[in-house]
Amino acid sequence: MSPMNNPQDLNPSSLKSRFTTRFLRALTKINGQKPISSSSPREMFQRYRRIKVAADKSMAWSVRSRRTWSRAMLWKLRSRYSCRQASSSRRSSVRTSTIIKSRQAKTSHEKENKNTTTGQDEVGFVVQADKLRKLVPGGEAMDLCNLLGETAHYIKCLTTQVQVMRKIAHFYSL
Amino acid sequence: MSSRRSRSKQTGGSRITDDQINDLVTKLQQLLPEIRNRHSDKVSAAKVLQETCNYIRSLHREVDDLSERLSELLATTDTAQAAIIRSLLMQ
Repeated sequence: MSPMNNPQDLNPSSLKSRFTTRFLRALTKINGQKPISSSSPREMFQRYRRIKVAADKSMAWSVRSRRTWSRAMLWKLRSRYSCRQASSSRRSSVRTSTIIKSRQAKTSHEKENKNTTTGQDEVGFVVQADKLRKLVPGGEAMDLCNLLGETAHYIKCLTTQVQVMRKIAHFYSL
Repeated sequence: MSSRRSRSKQTGGSRITDDQINDLVTKLQQLLPEIRNRHSDKVSAAKVLQETCNYIRSLHREVDDLSERLSELLATTDTAQAAIIRSLLMQ
């Protein structure tokens, strides 16, 4: 199923290997942290959040500071972590409900996007570039050239992340 | 085409040529699974950016779904498997 012929997989310092190692380590930590006694929706959601953050963080750490987007993401994660430590548990429960709502809003918003790029190509380009800035971490502060380059690297890393997560999920479900 | 030069005012001091932008947009196009095979002349830069945004959003959603799936699987699986999995993936 999985093509092991790619020489990059065998390289112990490749992006894929670095990410896999970190992410598996984080997963083991998450699994060992809390006793999986009850599967209440809130605990499931918290675990899902932790895994997602661990995945993004592992990828950003594997890239280290070599890219603007990874620096921006690490900074965002760090500031969110210190913010969360200061807040009480009541506040975090409010946040989980807003996060669920924003997820639902995101999927409905995506359907509207297909109709935007009519008319002139110029306007469409700038509008799409602004949308791209919001998607790529740290994109708001980049100029156009850097934005396009960072986007290419970001997409490459995201596809690696999805590949590895899919493989792990497959192994776990065996 | 020449009106694109007005956009360089946003970037401050550096001069960005149209060719540079076109190069980068072409590079991006190669990464997108849907329009990779289409002839590059027929796809406008705005379309490439739009497809890029959609692709990134779909990747984000996939990460979300996989995280959810992993959280469910973690609840039902032994932790010792992690070491086995790591060795399997590193081969």
